[in-house]
Amino acid sequence: MRKSFLAENPSVLWFIAILAVFTIVVTLLSEVTGVDLISTSFVKTLGKTLCLCLVAIAMDVVWGYCGILSLGHFAFFGIGGYAVGMWLMYARTEGIVIESFAGQPIPPTPQEVSDAIGNQIFGVVGSSEFPWIWGFADSLLLQLLMVVLVPGLLALVFGWLAFRSRVTGVYLSILTQAMTLALALYLFQNDSGLRGNNGLSGLQNIPGFEDASQASISVVFFIASAVALAAGYVFFAWIVSGKMGSVIKGIRDNEARVRFLGYHVESYKLFVFTTTAVVAGIAGALYYPQAGIINPGEIAPIASIYLAVWVAIGGRGRLYGAVIGAAFVSLLSSWFTGGGAPNINLGFYVIQWTDWWLVLLGFSFVAVTLFFPKGIGGLFDLLVRKQS
Amino acid sequence: MLRLLSLALSLCLILPASLQAQTLQDILQTHQDEVLSPGRQSVGVVLDDLVASGLPQALPFLEAWRDREIVRRDSDGLFFRAVEVDDAITLEDLDTGTTTTVANDDGLTEARPNGGVRRAIGDALVQFQLSDPDITKRQAAVDAIARSMDASQLGPLQASIADEPDPALRETKARLAGMLAVLFGETQDARITAIAGMADDLSVDVRAVLNTVLSTRPQVAQSVPDDANIAQVLTIGADLNAQDAYDRLVVAELAPALVTKAQIRDALVANIAGGMVGGVAVRSLNTDAARAAAYDALAAAGLVAPRVTPEAQEAAIAAHVFYLQYDEPDPVITDAAQRALAAVETRVAVSQGIDLGLDALSLASIYFLAAIGLAITFGVMGVINMAHGEFIMMGAYTGFVVQQFVPDYTLSIIIALPLAFAITFGAGVAMERLVIRHLYHRPLETLLATFGISIALQQLAKNIFGTQARPLTSPEWLSGALVFNDVIAISYIRIAIFVLALLFLGLILFVLKRTRLGLEVRAVTQNPGMAASMGINPDKINMLTFGLGSGIAGIAGVAIGLYAKVTSEMGADYIVQSFMTVVVGGVGNVWGTLAGASLIGFLQKGIEWLNPSNTLAAQTYMILFIILFIQFRPKGIVALKGRAAAD
Repeated sequence: MRKSFLAENPSVLWFIAILAVFTIVVTLLSEVTGVDLISTSFVKTLGKTLCLCLVAIAMDVVWGYCGILSLGHFAFFGIGGYAVGMWLMYARTEGIVIESFAGQPIPPTPQEVSDAIGNQIFGVVGSSEFPWIWGFADSLLLQLLMVVLVPGLLALVFGWLAFRSRVTGVYLSILTQAMTLALALYLFQNDSGLRGNNGLSGLQNIPGFEDASQASISVVFFIASAVALAAGYVFFAWIVSGKMGSVIKGIRDNEARVRFLGYHVESYKLFVFTTTAVVAGIAGALYYPQAGIINPGEIAPIASIYLAVWVAIGGRGRLYGAVIGAAFVSLLSSWFTGGGAPNINLGFYVIQWTDWWLVLLGFSFVAVTLFFPKGIGGLFDLLVRKQS
Repeated sequence: MLRLLSLALSLCLILPASLQAQTLQDILQTHQDEVLSPGRQSVGVVLDDLVASGLPQALPFLEAWRDREIVRRDSDGLFFRAVEVDDAITLEDLDTGTTTTVANDDGLTEARPNGGVRRAIGDALVQFQLSDPDITKRQAAVDAIARSMDASQLGPLQASIADEPDPALRETKARLAGMLAVLFGETQDARITAIAGMADDLSVDVRAVLNTVLSTRPQVAQSVPDDANIAQVLTIGADLNAQDAYDRLVVAELAPALVTKAQIRDALVANIAGGMVGGVAVRSLNTDAARAAAYDALAAAGLVAPRVTPEAQEAAIAAHVFYLQYDEPDPVITDAAQRALAAVETRVAVSQGIDLGLDALSLASIYFLAAIGLAITFGVMGVINMAHGEFIMMGAYTGFVVQQFVPDYTLSIIIALPLAFAITFGAGVAMERLVIRHLYHRPLETLLATFGISIALQQLAKNIFGTQARPLTSPEWLSGALVFNDVIAISYIRIAIFVLALLFLGLILFVLKRTRLGLEVRAVTQNPGMAASMGINPDKINMLTFGLGSGIAGIAGVAIGLYAKVTSEMGADYIVQSFMTVVVGGVGNVWGTLAGASLIGFLQKGIEWLNPSNTLAAQTYMILFIILFIQFRPKGIVALKGRAAAD
């Protein structure tokens, strides 16, 4: 009898255990329990980092396991954020508008309410009409469905077109980059229906929980992000470990040979591309309520490239590598750019890390690619070999 | 000959006589009352006499008169120009300019032309200015007429054309007179002739004049009047929606105003009594239907004006005709103007098409310059260089730095072009030796490593040169534009970029097809192993190829910097377009890159033309088009065949 896949992959259990301990420790040390060793804003940062880890493992599966270097997965992340952000913004504005109507002598008609909400949301782009994409914005359930459906369908259509015509390698990378650029440019327009340049804001206020403090909301989202990361990890670990995983890795190593063996390569690629896009969308839907604001700049092509950078630094082809890379680089990045790192005085020149961090990141990235193609995760291999 | 002689004779006889007979003061004395307190009608007589006299001192008099500086000395009735200096008043003789000073204004009566009169004086001034000996004053007068056209200007303007010495200004005057004649010509024939003369002119002001002739106003009546010059009878639904039609009826007071939702609401609020309005509970007034019912109840009780029912609206609309009527009553003239405008607009459309084509061509040459270096490295070596955009930036900053040291712009550009090539060539060779050489078998990782270099270089440039845009000034002979007519114009800088792109196309084709280096490059492209066994050093060729591609990016950077601003992010702006140019065109082929750049340039301009308000949308649609295009021609427009196309 085959062993269960968890027994074959002890690293999954290890990962879940470490994540669980980490989550419990952070929760206990947060403001909610009264210990207050970890500030609310740092809990939010950690929660956001967990979401980035989730999208990073999706990226790892599509690139590290399947060999498709997608430079557009952050677009799916952003779409997830926009989908949930629409409901958050609509529901909150609706609450405010209904409250403001309470003082009126006669109750408002549905039309008046909808006009007032439209004015509140779209006044900033000089409009008050609800665009058609906001058709479901009043329903949390439908918008949550959008978080999964929109990235999934987009990835399905895009992937079907691309894989069907056998676009591979760097061509595919450029094409995915073009996709995310097109999406970002579209969203930057004021008449895109999603408030153009301004994006969606005020997402940290959860409708229905106006009385809850940001401290408790942040912990709830942190735990939710941790659960999502754990679920995503187990799901992807299961996909890449079985027979299907072998086919996927085979496609990465030699696509033509797998095709000759009789496998329908396009279907496998399409499955991986779409599934990872959906997971990226879910990660985005958890990320942006913690960030509080989303705008088109978030899905510019550079964001997707950073995603690839995290995975490469963490170590491709191993899920925990992606997690390490995303957590390490994004936390380090916010430490350096947030002014946390001490400046270095060379006497004739002061190195300010807010200016020089990107230079350091760029060159260390080159170094990792050249000298440590296995990334940080490669260090674990050394550890395991020593034991045996 | 005889006529000339008699003319000269009569001039000799008349001129001295008239000079002796008339001074300005004489003319003014014959019109004492009109000068002192002119009215709109009476001023015309004075002005006509002044213009007819042709006296040079009439012009300063008119200016002084308009500015209320003319006084009459009551003792002898003579007119003077009065200037107040330090409590004393200086009286200036209008003909001779001699001055006398008086202590105060006792015994002086000021001439006080009112607003209408001053405008009439201003018009008369224009006639003087139109034949002023100073060309700048004549030009100013012509400009003044062009700004505010008026019927009274037509005569003086036409009269001044024949004597105009400056040919350019004469043409301007004739053109302006033509436009005035279109609007204010005295006879129908004169106007139609003038309109016909407009049909060759593409300028905006001519189109504006024709549009003024064709201006319409919306009208509504029971039936279409016979005598009106109708532009169009509007059909409800097609040309005019029912809502707007009814609003016009309301404005024309042919139908009662609609009761708006806001009015219903206000009326209901005003009539709340004990939680009820018109028999409906206030609580339930949260739908339009309930509110309408309550309002109707109020109307039935006579408290508010009744609502206009939709049926009544429809009936009112059906009972009237809606049409556009020309402001110009003469249909012959509007027809002529319409024909002329159609002719003008056809020519404008053709010119705009040509202009768009030129724009697209220059955009295509920019994309070609930006992408050709990339095409070489990508095509020959299969290496994606994400830092290519940063090489473009490096070239542009080289140009900027050179201009800091060499103030002469022409010379600095001549120095900057080879220097930019040298610097980026060096950077490219260094990058190939240090990084890319080790990643030849891992193309996706080359992409990422060069991306790392790209962000590092971008940030370095930001640290060195700051975030603000730096200017790269083009030499004077490159500023300005080549103007073909009022619509077609192309700036010299774009022509220069186009020429540069052509030069590079030729140069690269020459290097690849006619030189030893090109032969070796092509050999390495086709089969590195076989090339090596024939004695070619592939390492060296790769290095040189990469250097060449990067060097061209540097030169492209100088060209792009002249045309746009130099910032640390300028490379990133072009990198995606450059990649698409290469991918669409087909890898490994110079002609492919040319085709790709042309396709993308023309496509972008074409989409912008369809949707002119929104360049962002244009880019979005272009990218979507390219994504679809790749589906159908995955190897680009010019695809390699045979072995080289295998991967």
